[in-house]
Parts: sequence; structure tokens; C-alpha cells
Amino acid sequence: MTATGSKTDSATTTRRPPPWPIRFYQSDVGKKYVMAITGIVGIGFIIFHMLGNLHTFEGTHQINEYAEGLRDIGEPIAPRTFLVWIGRIGLLASLVLHVHAAFSLTIANQKARGTVGYDEKRNYLAANYASRTMIWSGVIVLLFLAFHLADLTIGVKAVNPDFTRGEVYDNLIASLERWPVFLIYVIAQGALALHIWHGAWSLFQSVGINNPRFNHWRRNFATGLASILAIGYLTVPFGIMFGIIH
Amino acid sequence: MDVKLRVWRQGGAFGAGSFKEYSAAGISPEASFLEMLDIVNEELTAAGEEPIVFDHDCREGICGTCGLMINGQPHGPQQGTATCQLHMRKFSDGETIVIEPWRAAAFPVIKDLVVDRSAFDRIVEVGGFISVATGAAPDANLIPVPRDAAEASMDAAACIGCGACVAACPNSAGQLFTAAKHGHLSLLPQGQPERLQRAQAMVDVMEKFFGSCTNHAECETACPKGISIDYIAQLNKDYVKSQVANRNLAGQK
Ligand code: FES
Repeated sequence: MTATGSKTDSATTTRRPPPWPIRFYQSDVGKKYVMAITGIVGIGFIIFHMLGNLHTFEGTHQINEYAEGLRDIGEPIAPRTFLVWIGRIGLLASLVLHVHAAFSLTIANQKARGTVGYDEKRNYLAANYASRTMIWSGVIVLLFLAFHLADLTIGVKAVNPDFTRGEVYDNLIASLERWPVFLIYVIAQGALALHIWHGAWSLFQSVGINNPRFNHWRRNFATGLASILAIGYLTVPFGIMFGIIH
Repeated sequence: MDVKLRVWRQGGAFGAGSFKEYSAAGISPEASFLEMLDIVNEELTAAGEEPIVFDHDCREGICGTCGLMINGQPHGPQQGTATCQLHMRKFSDGETIVIEPWRAAAFPVIKDLVVDRSAFDRIVEVGGFISVATGAAPDANLIPVPRDAAEASMDAAACIGCGACVAACPNSAGQLFTAAKHGHLSLLPQGQPERLQRAQAMVDVMEKFFGSCTNHAECETACPKGISIDYIAQLNKDYVKSQVANRNLAGQK
């Protein structure tokens, strides 16, 4: 079915439509659905990571053993580090899709706004700071991710000169004792909390989970999740700064 | 009461526009917002100037023709009403009121405060109908409709197509309008046969004109009929289903 007067007239093109996952992703609603699903994957990882971090409070041995244990997941059925790599590839694919959808939607939405905007400052009633800055909180988290991987996963010498592979506890302290790094972690956690606060609510709408009986729980869920994650993550940098972890 | 107006004036679709200042003196607080513009226009006409062009028809909040961005809020400071139902008592004496047309790429300005909203018609054309058997009129109430479903459908059908949702949306998305039009048919038994096809066709056309919904929920507060973003979630769900469901089974229930 084709609309008369629309910007593109699909009746004039005779090409066969692409397979449905691609056609689905080409639509904005499909992109938002993909953002919701990849967002859930990301949130799942973030929860798992936060819980893992708490091993730091148990001491050097426990956190190092936990980190080593991640590489052994699936043994002896799967080869060592096999499942961890499957997980990493899955996370990377989710991240790429999430970021691609975010940028293409942002660009399309800017076009949809037209060339002349409102002169008077908009008096927003429902849109909030988090919802209107998703792209920026997302960019901050993305930049932080690059820094964090270089700092504590890969151990790029320029970022963390004292990095020793396998010494999770010592690496953590060596890095977070530097106050600029401490600040980077705190700011990134703030951005992540804002991002999740809107995202964890928004994803229900995007995938169409909607029931007036339970709808008020969606906001509460997002608020709870964002706060628990923020507090859980911040315990480590603050623990190091206040000398609880040393 | 006396107010100052800062109004967007634009000669035509292709001309450049700008803001002009007017003063409206001795306006009754009981005057409606559009009546206040009428008074200003009478003075402008008497002075040999072009009156301010704005859209209006029923002036009782049911046609959806009126729609102005007033002080950065679609339909002005009062929630749940269209511009025509807004009264001057909502403003204070001496206030400067900024009046702008709806802004969106899909809503080009025709003149002054009037925009072309025919993109909405393109969406309705492809899905705003149901198939009915022609012939003798069937008995009334032949098809049972659950009461809550009937109410939900009626709530969606309250959409007057004014465009405030698009005007309010930071992304200029047409989701709330489309969801209301899809919802009021798809919630009823009579709307089931075309339900998935309707979702797909309406969303596809919507996306040719409008931005995408990022769930700010600003449209809901701007809507003079208070239409809920719940309908957007339902539209999203039906669109996903339209992509994956086996439509050969659509006749089953
Ligand atoms: S003029 Fe009809 S709704 Fe305002």
C-alpha cells in the first residue's frame, strides 16, 4: 500500500523487499525494538558486573579468583575462555546495534523537526532531563567504556602504567587511587544511572509491554534499578578513596 | 486586561517569516484566546494591515482545526483543552504572550500560524478503515464488545487530529496520533481482520513524514483529549507482530 504524496513512493521501485529482520530494522519502530532488546542485554551485563565487583570487598584473593573463574565458565564441557568470548562477542554485537540505532534515529529525528524551531523556550511537562539527554549520557558511557577497557581489562600502559595481568585487586587500586580517574568513574556512573533510569522505563513502551494494572510499576522499576546499580558501582571507587579497600 | 503579543508572521509557504509584536488592550478575561485574536485582527483590518491568519472552525474543542504554540506549550497553559477552549483569564495582565505555529518538517507553514497537516491524512488513508459486509443493515449490538475495550477504544477515538502531539514532541514524532487512529479500530472486534496490516501500513507511512518515538511522553500532556501513550505501546506491539506473525492464522480466534 502506498500513500499518495509521500516523500518516497515505494510503488515505483520494483526491487524485492529485503528479508524481514532487515526490513524490520529499517523501520524506526523496529530500531527502537532493537534498542530495547540490546538495552536489556546491556542491563543484564551491568547487573552481573556490579555483583561481581562486590567481591572486591572480600579481598585480593576472592576478586582475583572470581575474575579467573569467569574464564573457566563452561569447563570442562567447553574449552577455557570459550564462553567468555561468546559473551563478549554477543555484548559487542548488542552494543554496535544499540549505538547504530541510536545515532540513525537521532539524525532522522533532527530532520523530522524541520529547519525552523520554536523561538520560545519549550515548557516541558513530561519530558525530563534524562529522556532528553539520552544521546549524551549514552556517548559519555560509550567513551567511559573505551577508557575502562583500556584501564582495567586490556591494561594499556598509557592509561594504567601499573597494570599487571591477572592482579585485578592491585590494578583496581593503582588506577582508582588517582583522583582524576576516580572522578571519571563517578561521572560515568552518574551518566549510566540517568541512561538506565530512562531506558529501563522506555523499553517497556518500545516493545509494547503495557497493562494499565501494572504500568505504574514500570517507573518504580526503572528508579529502583538505576539507584541500585549506581550505589552498587560507586561502592568500589569510594571504598578505595576512603581506604576501605587497600 | 492588556496583553502584548509576539506572533509569528509569514506571508506564504515559501516566504521567510519573523516575529511581530502587537498589543491587545481592554480584553475581557472571559474572552477566549481566539476571540482575543479576533479583536486584534479587527483592529489590524481597520488599520489596513493584514490580519493574523490562524486555523479554527468549531471553537468548541471537537474539530481539531485550531492549534497554536502558546508560550512554549501546545494549546497553551491549560491542559486537556484545545486552543479554542483557552480563556484569557489563564494569563495575567500585562503579560507578553508568544504565539507560534506547530513546528515540524511534516507540518510546513502555509501562512502565519496555519500549517499543512495533510501528512495525518496520508496515515489515515492507509489504515483508518474496517471491512464491513454491505447489504441490509445488521441488528444493533450484534457483536458483543467487552465494556472496558469499548471504553478504551472510545478514549482513542477522542483524537481530533489537531497535531499537538507532533508539535510537543522533541522528535516531531507522529506516534500518538497514529496510535490513537490504530487503537480505536484495533481494540474492537470489528477492527480485527485488518489489525496487523493496519499497524504495518500506518507505521510505514508515518515514518515517511515524522520522527520516531523515544518515549518522552510529552505528547500525552499536550493532547487536548488526554490520549494516553499506552496506545503507542499497543501500536508498537502490533507493528512487531505484523512483521513476524503467521498471517495465515489470522482467521483463528
Ligand atoms: S476550533 Fe475546533 S477544536 Fe478548536
